[in-house]
Amino acid sequence: MLYREALNRAIDEMMEADESVVILGEDVGRYGGSYRVSEGLFAKYGAKRVIDTPIAELSIVGNAIGMAIAGLRPIAEIMTVNFSLLAMDQIVNHAAKFRYMSGGKMTIPLTIRMPGGVSRQLAAQHSESYETLYSAIPGLIVLAASNATYAYYGLKAAIAMNDPVIFLEHELLYPQEMEFKEQKAFDPFKAEVVKEGKDLTILTYLKMRYDVLEAVPTIEKELGISIEVIDLNSLRPLDMQTIAASVQKTKRVVMVEEDHKTGGYGAEVIARITEELFYTLDAPPLRIAGEDVPIAYNRKLELASIPTPEKIVSRIIAWGAKHGI
Amino acid sequence: MNSLSSTKVEKFYYLMRLGREFELAAKEEYMKGNIAGFLHLDIGQEACSVGSMQAFDKGDVFTHYREHVLAIARGMEPKLIMAELFGKVTGVSRGKGGSMHLFDPSLNFYGGDAIVAGHLPLATGCAYARKIQGEKAGVFTIFGDGATNAGAFFESINIAAAWKLPLIFFVENNYYAIGTRIGWVSPFEELYNKAKNFMPAKRIDGMNVCEVYKAVMEAKEHIENSLGPYFIEAETYRYEGHSMSDNGKYRSEEEMDIFKSRDPIENLKKEALRLGIVSQEYFDSADQKAQEVVQEAVEFAAASPEPNLKELYEDVYCKECTNVIP
Ligand SMILES: Cc1ncc(C[n+]2csc(CCOP(=O)(O)OP(=O)(O)O)c2C)c(N)n1
Repeated sequence: MLYREALNRAIDEMMEADESVVILGEDVGRYGGSYRVSEGLFAKYGAKRVIDTPIAELSIVGNAIGMAIAGLRPIAEIMTVNFSLLAMDQIVNHAAKFRYMSGGKMTIPLTIRMPGGVSRQLAAQHSESYETLYSAIPGLIVLAASNATYAYYGLKAAIAMNDPVIFLEHELLYPQEMEFKEQKAFDPFKAEVVKEGKDLTILTYLKMRYDVLEAVPTIEKELGISIEVIDLNSLRPLDMQTIAASVQKTKRVVMVEEDHKTGGYGAEVIARITEELFYTLDAPPLRIAGEDVPIAYNRKLELASIPTPEKIVSRIIAWGAKHGI
Repeated sequence: MNSLSSTKVEKFYYLMRLGREFELAAKEEYMKGNIAGFLHLDIGQEACSVGSMQAFDKGDVFTHYREHVLAIARGMEPKLIMAELFGKVTGVSRGKGGSMHLFDPSLNFYGGDAIVAGHLPLATGCAYARKIQGEKAGVFTIFGDGATNAGAFFESINIAAAWKLPLIFFVENNYYAIGTRIGWVSPFEELYNKAKNFMPAKRIDGMNVCEVYKAVMEAKEHIENSLGPYFIEAETYRYEGHSMSDNGKYRSEEEMDIFKSRDPIENLKKEALRLGIVSQEYFDSADQKAQEVVQEAVEFAAASPEPNLKELYEDVYCKECTNVIP
């Protein structure tokens, strides 16, 4: 199943099952969504429930909050995470805080879907990863879908939740054909052990999952170790239980993310691990992240600014050599 | 057109032709894989870029991401723009910006900005600075119909009017923001209505370069006389999709044909020949010159080197700064 089809199916089924589910955003209706995620929904559910909005991100999110207050379950689509910054006030000061400020009297069942990450040469204003900003906000749930299974079940769970959810997607994943695994029970907050291993845990999420998986066989061979790979899936809350179980077993951890290194999401994860699991570690944790630069248009510079399978291999091997692995 | 000198008309023609040849070449190079990312073509809308830049020849210019022809009309060298599209270090933004981010402060040209309406508050701030610096030329900002629904647009027309800033707002109303027709998300399609309570606002034929030129000349006189901001809506049309990844299927053939029959380049030529202002020889030589310049631009871009890897950390700060955490 294509990743974007998994998202489409999730929305379609939720809209079919519950009349209060609506979707709004730029080009989501007649055009079918700029990444074709909402394709076919306008024809099926009509303009009242599949809403083409002006280019006004603050209003897309603010209006969605109002709709949620009135009893709808809106899914707001923001074309790219960069543009969500225009809606930051509505997301942070309004969506995230109403429940708390009202002593639990107000709930905001809102899902904000948006793709991020480095695609191909879209330059700095279209290439960011801002999960670290949203993950820092109490009151928001932040989910990151790297595969069709999570895209489908995770998005359905997000739409069903009564809290505001930031649902992150990655631009390069939309047209990917992926394996889809039927699930009986699904916990969107649970990290996925993608591959088991005993000497090193690599934590990752979104598109980096695939770069890590590509790098792993070479690293295992070079260092003569076996690697466990964990896809975090849920960034807020973070599944520390799954992480801890793995790190206690392997005693070593590497975080791989596309985000900038300074203040990136991995900084938080590694801080939690050092705080809670310091004495189980046999080596200092390693962070492999994007460089601290805006993303360049030129392809060579663009690739130089984010982790690639080759860089993951060479960084981990160098780190392994330094720490006697 | 009658009131314009033949040299002016010739200049309009040459620049529009150059712009179109440039973009046709860019499209071809994109297909070959020499250009990547988002490439927004201006084909069909050249009169807006050329007419406005010919009139607004001093002052500061803030633009959005559909800006190749505007940059050319402003005086940026086609080969430096093409090199930027190729991601080469010889490009106007050293290969770091690409199609959507052409900048040349020496020409007072600031943009492409790829955040819709994001440049309007910048234009407003610049106009304020120019006003207190006592400069008369003021600021010109150009944007699409879609941008007139953004908060930044309303905030900018309000501030510009409240502070009587020397600022020309120029909207290219091509009716579509990607695949969304302006009338679906705005209460009316004639966008000058949005500004008319704030400042003089008019709607013009954006397929007619002479009309664009005249309107911007009038607006320029208005701002130079400290009469506050001025709003121009130019009706225009893009023949291509929003960007290379959009096939533009949401528009009808009839609509396309109507606008193509109003083609700014062909119609200027026809009218000038009818009036006997410009000779056929001029048009022929201009066509040839434009093709040669574009050909050279492509060759220059192709032969130019890519940025060196050490460029990654250059231009982040004024003084080079290395990674905080190595
Ligand atoms: C704040 C923001 N939201 C969304 C986008 C995505 N986007 C890029 S161009 C565009 C359409 C803009 O249309 P319009 O303003 O009419 O200009 P045109 O492309 O027709 O020149 C959209 C939605 C963006 N770049 N910035």
